Amino acid sequence: MIACRKSFTDTLLELARVDKDIVAVTTDARGSVTLGAFADELPEQFVECGIAEQNAVGISAGLAHSGKKVFVCGPACFYVARSLEQVKVDLAYSRNPVKILGVSGGVAYGALGATHHSLHDMAVLRTFPGMNIVLPCDARQTRKLVSLLVDYPEPVYVRVGRAAVPDVYENDDFEFSIGKANRLLDGKDLTIIATGETVYHAYQAGLMLREKGIGARVLDMAWIKPCDREAVKQAAADTGRIITVEEHSRCGGLGAMVAEILSENPVPMRILGIPDENAVHGNSLEIFAHYGLDAKGIYTNAVEFLQKL
Amino acid sequence: MKIKDLELQSERNRKRLVEIVYKAKAGHIGGDLSCLNVLTALYYEIMRVDAHNPRWAARDHFVMSKGHCVEALYVTLESKGFISAEVVDTLGQFGSILSGHPTIEVPGIEVNSGALGHGLSIGVGMALAAKMNGADYRTFVLMGDGEQGEGSIYEAAMAAHQYKLGNLVAIIDRNHLQISGDTEQVMALESIASRWSAFGWDVVEMNGDDMNDIVAKLSAIDYTSSAPHLLVSHTSKGKGVSFMENKASWHHGVPNEEQYQQAMQEISERIAVLEEE
Repeated sequence: MIACRKSFTDTLLELARVDKDIVAVTTDARGSVTLGAFADELPEQFVECGIAEQNAVGISAGLAHSGKKVFVCGPACFYVARSLEQVKVDLAYSRNPVKILGVSGGVAYGALGATHHSLHDMAVLRTFPGMNIVLPCDARQTRKLVSLLVDYPEPVYVRVGRAAVPDVYENDDFEFSIGKANRLLDGKDLTIIATGETVYHAYQAGLMLREKGIGARVLDMAWIKPCDREAVKQAAADTGRIITVEEHSRCGGLGAMVAEILSENPVPMRILGIPDENAVHGNSLEIFAHYGLDAKGIYTNAVEFLQKL
Repeated sequence: MKIKDLELQSERNRKRLVEIVYKAKAGHIGGDLSCLNVLTALYYEIMRVDAHNPRWAARDHFVMSKGHCVEALYVTLESKGFISAEVVDTLGQFGSILSGHPTIEVPGIEVNSGALGHGLSIGVGMALAAKMNGADYRTFVLMGDGEQGEGSIYEAAMAAHQYKLGNLVAIIDRNHLQISGDTEQVMALESIASRWSAFGWDVVEMNGDDMNDIVAKLSAIDYTSSAPHLLVSHTSKGKGVSFMENKASWHHGVPNEEQYQQAMQEISERIAVLEEE
């Protein structure tokens, strides 16, 4: 088990040793992000901005404009709130291809409270023309993601968690392309679409359902923007029922996106996420369990959802 | 260029500026007029630019942080040949590529701006990249004085000092008026010079209404120094149109027919004198 943030920064350091245009920018968060080794080894490619997210995003825009391959890294909660206008104007609107690594996203900072949660990021960033959003689910996928991002000519927001997470992908023999969902399990009774660190739980729930004789297709929808609209439509056509799972407000995130895609040809859906309240305090897994986002909660929801129809 | 020639160019651009704002029935003419001399000096005397190759790697970078004064930039870019008069004439029309704030759709504009307090951070990034790459281009950022209320500017000021960006020049268009009135009444800024000195910047006071002083101060900058440079450009809002000068109501006022004719006459008379000289 490795944390996605660690997988991200380890890969970034490997690439930056060779590609001297790669620059890491942070805001007194080298520890939280796990950029310490990068800062020590490649100080000339590392920019510390102090606790100043607006400035960090603006500086990143200027660096990227001047040809640098910039990864600005820090807690997701601050980059998609404090510096939101810089993300909107200096990155998305100005088309500066900065990559934002938002660590400890969602409720990963659990007990620290709502100041440190980022349960709105997908909803907000989805509406910015030119912005891309991706939530990798495990260390291997994160590793592939970093390589995809280095030369990608558009800004991208990457949200990862904090803790070490179990592998969804057990080896490197899998495809991971921009804007494409991955099918982890197949079944005919329903589709579970998950993103980020809930993917593991969705996958486990799919296995539990299979044991009960319920066939669940499970999609890893890492890319929220661009998103795999065809995979969503195909899932609706093939299975007729969809459950979405996200570590995000139920408003405006993955579930809303899937509902928008299916609005002309709707199928019954259930959106699992954080309700419109300040999330309960606890560690990630406790919070997931509280809101039914862990394997057991997804399984229970799926059974109940199918019984109701 | 000779100072007189720069003055003449500035007056010609001033005339064009009043014309496009009048025709578009929109614009931030007061602040446009106060920064026009500085823009003329930058584009005609100080900065390395190539209108035929707007993204020339060795160009100096300019960021219009007070983005609402984009009309002054449009006429400057037009006069330098970055954009055609036909394009500039579309200002205010449906579907024009010209927005009321700078966008990268326009050749010669580096970044989109208009939300205040962003430009200096971007300029820090550009200047830092130049140092990292061993490039000798300079970065110029033009801010408004009312804009100084945005806290992100001071984050950028700290970073420019931290990274010893002597290749970065910030200019504050100190016309003393923001949309609601006197800056000192809305949210006092003085002493701007001592504040920026305290942030570790090399601070220079400049008369932004006087081309001689603008060129002298901009030409004296030592880009190899370890301190970033701040020019407090003391100007008059509405500069060059008598009835607009130093009146907050002209922040985004649009002249009527009579006012337009008067403004054009005033500027034309100055142009005639300068042309004779």
